[in-house]
This record gives sequence, structure tokens and C-alpha cells, in this order.
Amino acid sequence: MTRRKRRLVLISTALAALGLALGLVLIALRDNIVFFYGPSELAQRAPHEGQRLRIGGLVKQGSLLHEGDSTVRFAVTDTKQEVEVTYTGVLPDLFREGQGVVAEGTLGGDKVFHADSILAKHDERYMPREVADALKKQGVWREGAEAASNGK
Amino acid sequence: MIVETGHYALVLALALALVNSILPVWGSIKGDQHLMAVAPSAALMGFGLVAYAYLALTIAHVQSDFSLINVVENSHSAKPLIYKITGVWGNHEGSMLLWVLVLSVFGAAVALFSRSMPEDLRANVLAVQSWIAAAFLLFILLTSNPFARLAVAPAEGNDLNPLLQDPGLAIHPPLLYLGYVGLSITYSFAAAALISGRIDAVFARFVRPWTLIAWISLTLGIAMGSYWAYYTLGWGGFWFWDPVENASLMPWLAATALLHCTAVMEKREALKIWTIFLAILAFSLSLVGTFLVRSGVLTSVHAFASDPTRGVFILLILVIFIGGSFALFALRAGEIKQGGLFSPVSREGALVLNNLLLTTCCATVFIGTLYPLALEAVTGEKISVGPPFFNLTFVPLFIPLFILMPFGQLLPWKRGDLAGVAQRLATAFAAALIFMAVLAAWCGGPAVSVILSGVAFYVIAGSFVDLGRRLLGGGISAGLLSQRARGLPRHAFGTAFAHAGIGVTLLGLAATGWGTEKITALKPGERVEIGPYELIFESIVPRNGPNYSELVGRTVIRAKGAVVATIEPATRFYPARGMNRSEAGIATLGLGQVYMSIADVTPNGVVNARIFWKPLVALIWIGALIMAFGGCLSLSDRSFRVGIARRARKAQTPSPQPAE
Repeated sequence: MTRRKRRLVLISTALAALGLALGLVLIALRDNIVFFYGPSELAQRAPHEGQRLRIGGLVKQGSLLHEGDSTVRFAVTDTKQEVEVTYTGVLPDLFREGQGVVAEGTLGGDKVFHADSILAKHDERYMPREVADALKKQGVWREGAEAASNGK
Repeated sequence: MIVETGHYALVLALALALVNSILPVWGSIKGDQHLMAVAPSAALMGFGLVAYAYLALTIAHVQSDFSLINVVENSHSAKPLIYKITGVWGNHEGSMLLWVLVLSVFGAAVALFSRSMPEDLRANVLAVQSWIAAAFLLFILLTSNPFARLAVAPAEGNDLNPLLQDPGLAIHPPLLYLGYVGLSITYSFAAAALISGRIDAVFARFVRPWTLIAWISLTLGIAMGSYWAYYTLGWGGFWFWDPVENASLMPWLAATALLHCTAVMEKREALKIWTIFLAILAFSLSLVGTFLVRSGVLTSVHAFASDPTRGVFILLILVIFIGGSFALFALRAGEIKQGGLFSPVSREGALVLNNLLLTTCCATVFIGTLYPLALEAVTGEKISVGPPFFNLTFVPLFIPLFILMPFGQLLPWKRGDLAGVAQRLATAFAAALIFMAVLAAWCGGPAVSVILSGVAFYVIAGSFVDLGRRLLGGGISAGLLSQRARGLPRHAFGTAFAHAGIGVTLLGLAATGWGTEKITALKPGERVEIGPYELIFESIVPRNGPNYSELVGRTVIRAKGAVVATIEPATRFYPARGMNRSEAGIATLGLGQVYMSIADVTPNGVVNARIFWKPLVALIWIGALIMAFGGCLSLSDRSFRVGIARRARKAQTPSPQPAE
């Protein structure tokens, strides 16, 4: 086999692999990305039913309700708008009322967000960045306010 | 006082690194022996200084010296000693210092163990290491000084993030850093080879053991991190395709590819340009990982603090080192001579395919990790790319790799016979089919799990086909066997074990399909069935630890009426930070695990519990251990040591280029 032919084989295999990867990536990006919205954005954008979403904001004070076997209902707010969330499962350790939370799931026809996973912060000093940004967008973010409220 | 000397030592280390960045290169250009001889001693001295600074910070942590901001923010006098020591790297400043410490360890190791290397190559390698060291020391001193003092020392510290107060902290970061930073050596070798124009088999031979060390550490570090997340996050998951995990997976993929293509370069002097490219790429991805994790662009347990100046600084380091090395690469790549010829069906061909698939996998992970960041920067739209993306892109690319792995091991160099190899693999293939049929009949379950288990079985069996043939071919007797085993090079065993290891991991991953999960509220005395076991939740008991209080849910596991294990899932409360953390109760039964985590304990003892039965799950991490074991076997191969001296002597007298 000549050098030229060898190079041809090599290049065509490489192109085939890259093409395959590119195709897979494009398909995956079309169907498998999840958008993040704050409650106000969610109200504006009105995503269609069943689309996977992430929402984030603060858990509204006094909104947490336990509905029987490990199902909870709470409201996520950015102080302007809020959205009801239901979730069945074990809440993360850092889930608290008045603190930041990110929920992933789908918005139902009843405008209730059905979450299948809840992420709270890894550390009480930090707000999930998406939540902080969503709050800043609504102009209700105060630098340092969070730290003060945590000074226990 | 010792704190100030530690700070001073860091400044001295920076000055030394700057000197060592220039003199050896100058020496190698001028051919000045004395200037080149500066490099090893300066590298050793640099190690001494950084080690001293690190020790000083450790002492401050152990003594709970709350006049240091770093200690106040991350320590507490009641914290157990092990977390005072390991907590040094449980924060941004300390972990960067560990990064530089590991870097200087590698520099010193090159100075000590590469005496037989050509002098100009060694001088240049150490100089490039010093550039990296200087950049990161500057970063520490300017933006993340761990020795900063407070004017008024508080009486007590804020304690370490409870998620990090875990034995995992003692193992995971140092191993991962050994891997990340170990790749800096391959980078330095590549840069030095480009500078001195010495890109040949000698280069490949020297760079291989270092790549292997980095790869072993990275493998173990990633596995350890995944096990830590598994038992501490309470979700029963072990890999989340989180950007931070991806940041460690990308260098691993590149290092794996590099490991394989240095073999080609060493044996056949082919793929030179590609090897150099991969060596630069692997460390570049380590730097990207460091940037992602340390700059605060991501929210994660690893992002300790988000200070924008730090992000910009690391980005600058990233651009200079990656851009600089690729520019040098572009400048020199044209001068590199083409290596030996080979047919597409050959060991070389298989390794090329391996590299192609690994780098493509790496590219998909790269896109999945950085696309959300790029999109947000450009359009402001926030998205997340989760497991579905990676399952659809990474997995289909990795499966062919598994299929091809045993073929690559059996193909000879230069020119191979595909049909012959397939014939030799027929046994492994048939055995895998039978294994699949038995699994499907016996366990049923999802088809994906059955198929992946079959692939895993084939990989494990196929890994040992070559060894088996060489050991057992032509008569079997114990004496003959051990004689033949001694005759075989260690790296042949190493390859077999490393390949089998990834097969074992795949088997563990495949078996997740047979697992079961229950989320339920439990009253004391209640029973739950999970998989083949019965769990009896006995009671909630309060307990006190050194710096936390916990509620422990004692649970007994029974199989067919007999007690087989007791687990104690717990939720802990750390008063210093007012934080909770759960501690999963895990019982390893055979190779499977019963996993239980509890939360929301009510005063009358009712808990919300998440219970899993995970058959064969231990194999995921055992596989990683086997891979690392294989790596160590290869590393202990005589050819690495004997060869180095022999090759180097040969290199002293320039040998003629092999005719093509």
C-alpha cells in the first residue's frame, strides 16, 4: 500500500468518525437541551406542555406543603412572579424555605411545574448562579443580603 | 512567624522559577553545559520552597491559627485532625497551592530520575515546567494568597463545608492533581522536543512512563471522586455528566489516547506529529478543567469562590500556554519527518482508530460541557446539557472502541490479518453470546443491559486471549507456565489487565439496569422489600460526632430470614455552618450494594427514605482499580528503566534516520 493510499484511508476514516460525531452531537443538541427560566421568564415564554425545563428562584416562605407520602408542593418565586411546583422524592439536605432552588421537570397544563429533580445549593454561602442571575434580572438581588440572612 | 516564612518561600519559589524559565533554554541554544546544569538543581530547590510553604499553611491549619483568613473561612477548632490536614486543599487558595506543589514534585522527579536523558532535552523540559510554575505561583501570590492575615483574629472559624468533611477529601484531590499536573510533564516534553527539534523514538520512550503515571492517578482520582459523590450526595448516582466531572474526563480521554500513540511512536517512529499534538492537548484540557473548576463560571461543590479577577487570570494563563504551544507546534510540525509505513490493518492502524475514537469522544464531551457556557455568553439564553446528550453522543462512539479493543491487542505491527485475529477471538465472542443468552433467560431485564454485559464479557475475555495463547500454547504444565510467564514482558500483562479493567467497569455500568429503587416514608419497625433483600427500619437514634450531631436510622438487612448486614444511614447537622449533610448507609453484599439514604426526620421517628438495590455496582470502581493495576504493571516493566539508559547512550551519538 502506498503512502498516498494509506493517507487516503486514514483521512476518510477520520472524516467518517468526525461526521458521525457531528451528526450525533447535532441530533442530541436539538432534542436534549434543557432551558432555564426564572418564574417571570416562564410566565412570558409560555413553553409548550411537556417540554423539559429547569426553573429556579427562591422557595417562597410558608409555601412548603407535605402532601402525603414524600410528595411536596411549594412555590418558587423571584418576588415578582411565582410558580407552583410539585415533587415526589427526597428533598436535598440544603432545601429550605427562603433559599435558592433549581427544579428540573415539565410544566403541566394546570400551570403547575412537575419536578423530577430538585437541586439545592451545595453550600449555604452560595446561591445557584442561575437563580442569582434570575433575581438580578428582576432587580430584587441585593449583594450581601444573602450572607446576612444566613448569619446564624 | 512560620506563616510569613511560608509566604516568603512562595515568593522565592516564584523568583527561582523565573530564573529557571530562561537560563536552561539559553544554555541549550548556546550549547552551554553550565547554564543547562542549572535546571535540575533549581527544580529541586523550587520543590523544597513550595513544600515549605505548603507545610507552613498546614501547620497554621492544624494549630487553628485564626489570624489567617484562609483558616478562619475553612476551619474550626473542633474539626477532627484529619480534616484539618486535608482541609488545607479543601478551599480555593490551598488547592491551588497543592496544584503548584504537585507541579514542583514532578519537576523534582524529572531532575532526579532522568539523569540519562539528553542534557538539552532535560534542560528544556525543566524550563517549560518552570514557566508553568511561574504562572501559577504568580496567580497564587496576586489573586489567591493563602497566607493573608486578618487584623483582628476571631475566636472561632467558620468550619469546612460539611460535604468535604469526608475521608474522600484525603484521597480524591491529591490523586486527581497528580493526574492533571502529571500531564504537565508530557506537555513540557512536547514543548521541549519542539524547541530542541528532537522528536523521535527517544522522546516517546521518555514521555511514556510519565504519561502512564498521570494516567494511573487520573483513573484512580476520577473513580474515587465518583464513589465519593455516590455515597455522600444520597441520590445513588455515581456519574452525573456534571461539567466538573467532564473536566476530569476530557484529560483522561486525551491521556488514554496519548498512552496508545506513544507506543506507536516508540516502536515504529510513526504518528510523531499526532503524538506531540496529543501531549499538548492533554495538558491543555487539564488547564481548561482547572479554569472551569476554579474560575467560578460553574456552580458546583468544587467552585469554592467566584472572584472574577481569578477567572480572568486563569483564562490568561490558559490562552498563553495553549496558544503558545500550538503556535510552536504549527511552526515546527512541518519539519517533522514522516515515520514508518504501515497497512491500515495492523497494530498501528488499530491504535490510530483508537486515537480517532477517543479524541472524537473527547470532542463531544467538550462540546457538551462548553456549549451552554458559550451560548449563554453569546445570547444570554441559559440551557443545561444533561445525561441524555452524553448518552446519545458519547456512548455510541465508545461502543465501537470496546469491540475493537481485543482486535488491537492481537494485531501484529506493520501488517495484520483481520480474519486470523477474528478467528482467535471467536472463542471470546461465542462465550460472550452464551453469557448474554444465559443472562437474558435468567435475569431478563432491559435489552441494553444484556447487550452491554455481553460486550463487557467479550472485552474481558478478549483482553486475555493474547496472554492465554502465549502462556498456554503448546502444552501445559505448572513449571512451563511460570517459566513462560517470566519470559513475557510485564507490559503485556499490564495491557491485558487495563483492558479487562474497563470491561469490568462496563459490566458494573450495564448491571445498573437490573437495579431497583424505592422512595418511601418509613415508620420505625417497618419492613421494605428491595431486590432479593428485606430491610427492617428499626429506629432513629441521635448521636454526637466531634463537630456535628446526627440522627442515625438503624436498619437491618435480611435475606431469606437471616440477618446479613446492618446499615446506619444518617443525616448530620453541622452547627458551625448550620448545614445538613446525609451519610448513606451502604452494605456491600457480594458485588452488589444495598444503598439507603434518609432525610426529613420527624419527631415521631418517621423518615423519608431512598433505598436502592444495585447489583454488581462495586464492579464500576473495581474495574478502575484493575485498570490502575494494569498501568502499574506496565510501569514496572524493565524496558522502561533499562531502555532509558540504553537509548540515551545511543542518542549521544546521533544515529542515522531509519530508511523508509
